[in-house]
Formats: sequence, C-alpha cells, structure tokens
Amino acid sequence: MSDPLTPTAGGAAAGRTGVAVQMVDMHRSYGPVHALDGLSIEIAPGELVALLGPSGCGKTTALRALAGLDELDSGRILVDGRDMTSVPANRRDMGMVFQAYSLFPNMTARDNVAYGLRLRGMDARARQQRADEMLELVGLVGQAGRYPHQMSGGQQQRVALARALAIRPQVLLLDEPLSALDAKVRRQLREEIRRIQIMVGITALFVTHDQEEALAVGDRVGVMSAGRLEQIAPPAELYDRPRTRFVAEFVGLTNRLAGEARDGGAEVLGTRVPLLTGSATSGRVTALVRPESVRLTLEPGADAHVVAVSFLGAMCRVQVALASGGLVVAQMAAADAAGLAPGVAVRVTVLPAPVFAVTDSPG
Amino acid sequence: MSAVSSPQRRRRYGRTATRTAILLAIGGYFLVPLFAMLEFSTRGKGGTRTPDAWLAIADDPNLVEAILNTLGIAALTVLGMLLLLVPTMAWVMLRVPRMRRVVEFLCVLPLAIPAIVLVVGIAPVYRVLNGLFGGSILTLAFVDVILVLPFAYRAIDGGLRSVDVVTLSDAARSLGASWPRVMGQIIVPNIRGGILSASVLAVALVLGEFTISSLLSYDTLQVVINLLGKRNAFTSVAVSLAALIFGFVLLYVIARFAPGSQVRGRAAEEGE
Repeated sequence: MSDPLTPTAGGAAAGRTGVAVQMVDMHRSYGPVHALDGLSIEIAPGELVALLGPSGCGKTTALRALAGLDELDSGRILVDGRDMTSVPANRRDMGMVFQAYSLFPNMTARDNVAYGLRLRGMDARARQQRADEMLELVGLVGQAGRYPHQMSGGQQQRVALARALAIRPQVLLLDEPLSALDAKVRRQLREEIRRIQIMVGITALFVTHDQEEALAVGDRVGVMSAGRLEQIAPPAELYDRPRTRFVAEFVGLTNRLAGEARDGGAEVLGTRVPLLTGSATSGRVTALVRPESVRLTLEPGADAHVVAVSFLGAMCRVQVALASGGLVVAQMAAADAAGLAPGVAVRVTVLPAPVFAVTDSPG
Repeated sequence: MSAVSSPQRRRRYGRTATRTAILLAIGGYFLVPLFAMLEFSTRGKGGTRTPDAWLAIADDPNLVEAILNTLGIAALTVLGMLLLLVPTMAWVMLRVPRMRRVVEFLCVLPLAIPAIVLVVGIAPVYRVLNGLFGGSILTLAFVDVILVLPFAYRAIDGGLRSVDVVTLSDAARSLGASWPRVMGQIIVPNIRGGILSASVLAVALVLGEFTISSLLSYDTLQVVINLLGKRNAFTSVAVSLAALIFGFVLLYVIARFAPGSQVRGRAAEEGE
C-alpha cells in the first residue's frame, strides 16, 4: 500500500491514495431498538463521506462498527476488498478521532501521537520524529511537551487528529470531533480537517449531527434516519434535490406551502414548480420550498406583510405573514433586503426551482 | 495594598482564624493520643524518660517475626486485591456495565458480615489452604483481601470515574493496543490515585486487623501486641505507636513520591 500521508499532487481530485470501504446490509439491535437496519454505504478511495442525522439515528453505531468497536448482528464490512467484519478493533488499521477528549492524560502530546507507532514497534527516535511531523501538520509543533490538561479543547482535538493519522491508517474515522468546541474553533478545525484529509488523500467517514458541518466537509453526505440511509449524495444535490421527505425536511430550512400537483408539477403561490422524484404527484399537496427560493417584492396594498427581518451578515432572513395566516421565510442577499421592515406589504412568489411535495396539510 | 478595604481584611482574617482553629482541633484530636502513647512508652522510674520499651522491640524475636509476617501479609493483600479488583472493575465498566451493581454489592458485603461469621464460613476453606500451603501465616492474605474489598472498591471506583475509561480504551484499541496493553499502559497509569488509595487502605487494614487473625490462631502484629500488652504494657504501646507512624510515613511516601504525583508536578511546572 502506498503511504497515505504523502501529499497527493492536486489533492483529492488528482491521485487519491485511500482505499475503498464497503459497508453492506449492516444490522445492529439493542433490545427492541434497531440502531442499524440494513445500512449499506460505499466510500470511494480518498473520499470523505459525512454521515448526518438526528441523535439516535445510528450514525455513530455505523462508525463504531466500521472501527470494530461495536459488533454487528449481521452484515459485512469490506476495506480495500478485504472482509474486516470479524477483525478486532486493534487490527483494523483505522485512525479514529472521538467526540469526547480522548488524549491519554498521562502522556504528553508527542507521546500521545507516538503511542500507535510504539505499538507498531517503531524505534524511539523514528517515532519521535514522526510525531513531531504530525504535530507540525496540525499546527502544534510548539506544544509537543504539553500534557492534555495544559491544552485547549481545539488543541486536544488537533493532537487527536495527529495521533489518528500518525499510524498511517487505511481509513480515518471522525466521530463528531468538533461537537465539544465553540463555534469559531469548530469552523477553523473543520476546514483544517478537510484540508489535511485532501492533502493526505485518506478515505474518511465523518459523523455529525450538524448539517452545516456535514455539507461543508463531505464529498458526499449520507442522511440517516432510524438506522437506515435515506439518501447519500454530494452536498449540493442533497440540498437541491432531496429524494425523501425526511431529507427535504431535515437538511436546511424549508417552508411548507400549500399547492396543487398535476402533470409532474405543482402550483405554489401562483408559480408552477417542477416536482422532485418521490414527491406526491396529484391533488392538494404541501410543497417544501427553500427560503432562498422565495421572492419578495415591495408592493403597497399586497396582502402579505413582513413580520421580522434577521440580519445574518451577507444574507438576510425575512419572515412574512401570508393573508391565509401562514408564515413564510425568505432568504436573500442583504443588499436585496433594502426597504424590507416589519409591517411592510410585500408580494410573495416562489422561483420555479424543483421542490419536494408531500400530501399532508401545510404547517 | 491600601486597595484592600478593612471589611474585606476582617473577613479574610476571620476565614484564616476559622481554618486555623479547625486545623488545631483536628490536629489535636489525632496528635494528643499519639503524644500520650509516646509519653507512656518512654516513662522510666522516678519520672525519668527511657527508650527501653522502644529498644525492646528489636530484642523480642516473636515481635520481630510478627512484624515481618504482617508486612508480608500486607504486601500479598495489596497484590491480591489489585489483581482481583482492577481488571474486574475495568472490565465491568468497559464491557458489562449492567453488572456494576452486582459487583459493588459483592464487594461491600464483607462490611455487613460479622468477623465471627466470616471465620466460621472461612474455616473449611482454610483447612484446604493449610493442606496446600502448610498452614503458612501468609494465607491470611486471602481473608484480608476479602476484608479490604469494600474500601478498595470505593477507592478504585473513584479512580475509574475520574477519567473517561471507555473513550480512552476505545482510542487505544483503535491505535492497535491489545486488551492487556490497554489495561497496563492506559487504564492503570490513569487511575494511579485510586490504586494508591486502595493500597494504603489495604496496608492500614492488615496492620490493624486483630479479630480474624486471633480467631484463626495466627500471630500477626496485633495479636502479638495484645499478648505483649499483658506482660509489658510499655513495649506494647511502643509497638502500636511505631505501627501507626509506619502507616503515616507510608501514606506520605506514596502520596509524595508516587509516579502520578511526579507527572502532575512536572506538568504543572511546564504549564503557563
């Protein structure tokens, strides 16, 4: 196997060095609860797949099963074509970063990073050199002699990442590694994780319940619900073309607007929009419309009016009360929100972008 | 500095005075009996002071043998207790957490059983042990391991709960560590505080244990001190005081020079 820590020319797009991972029909139950209910995922070499879902959907169970830390009731796990289902965790050759701080408190940052190398019988000098290289990779070269309790949460997770990568694992597993950090450090570190993953070219599975995080880091994002994979797709496709109601409602914000469906399209707020595959196709439907697909036009005397305007930096989010009594959220560039203030009358339309429609009543 | 106002200063003095008073009261509670023992054990004729009772300790072969035997029992008890409890408790925490209550109940049980009942129950076992080990006094370590379980369980449980044992062992496993390595290189070094506390408690219990040794007719330190007290009260008290001082010194040495405290000290020095 080639060294996964050798930076690849051009990163992920050119010359990936990771291995393929296949999780096939995985089942795992805890009493009456099906944590995994026939989950199958394939990860291409060098790809980062983000598993997204609400608490208890089985995403961490899937990752732990891949790591060998949880056993499966049935199903198979193949890594680089080799069946790893029965291989114990300590022989799977996978690097893992945990949600909780997992550095060994009795070891310095350098010793933590070198621990896996020590287990592999590398001599002291070589493993110290490699540990220092890995700490440099995560920007902590000056912290090698520090103990975990002397480092911030972000620094500890960087060391944990360096430790996971130091052993040249076949697959990198990240179990909500940023959830204990504050918002600013989260953003910085997730970008760093992505940069390093692309540079190293390692195959990675990233579990998170934060959709912004999943959409930001994943080559593809898998959305899980009740132990099953609802959809797995590149972030833009997942957001723009959800295949199930769960995905449409779980990923991003949606407005639930009443419409009339027929002939592969629906009439929503006076606009005919195409319907996505899997949608209800006839009769009264509820269309799930993204806030950025809602258009507001200043029109004195219009029967809808602005309720609230939230400034989000480059964007603005505007809540509008419809004459029917429902609320609609629109999102637009801050520059386009000039003149929108609570009480202002507006006309509400939707862009003719494809939407997902369901058959229950609008909320 | 003048920035400290006088009400604040009064409050600070008040707190210091309270702390000092509490310290003196507790210190007196512990130290007065010890000074009384020292005073009694060094009494000579006509109000003089003499070290005779202390020097007599080394001259009494039965006493020396009892001290050595008791130290041997203490060492075996600590070893047996650690070998039994640390892997069991770590395994229960990692693999079968639902069994925790059962293990806790079993470990606390010796507290609820009177010594005489224990001896009656253990006597048949000791007949077998005597057959195997020739009636060695060191076999008392078996029963002392049982007696120390309630105290050692609490100490080790505290150690295991002070770190995220599950995540640490998962991390070590994912890096390639076998279970014995997880235990030896990750869990044990990180629960050193609990292990040391349990060990000190075990030594203290063995040094002070009298009832069961006496009922099983083994001449441990406390049994010999009791016999000695009937013929030479001064030496008896001197030995008792020496045993107490030994316990204190052991506690201090372990707390001060244990590897864990050195790591913490070094870490603190290297901190900001």
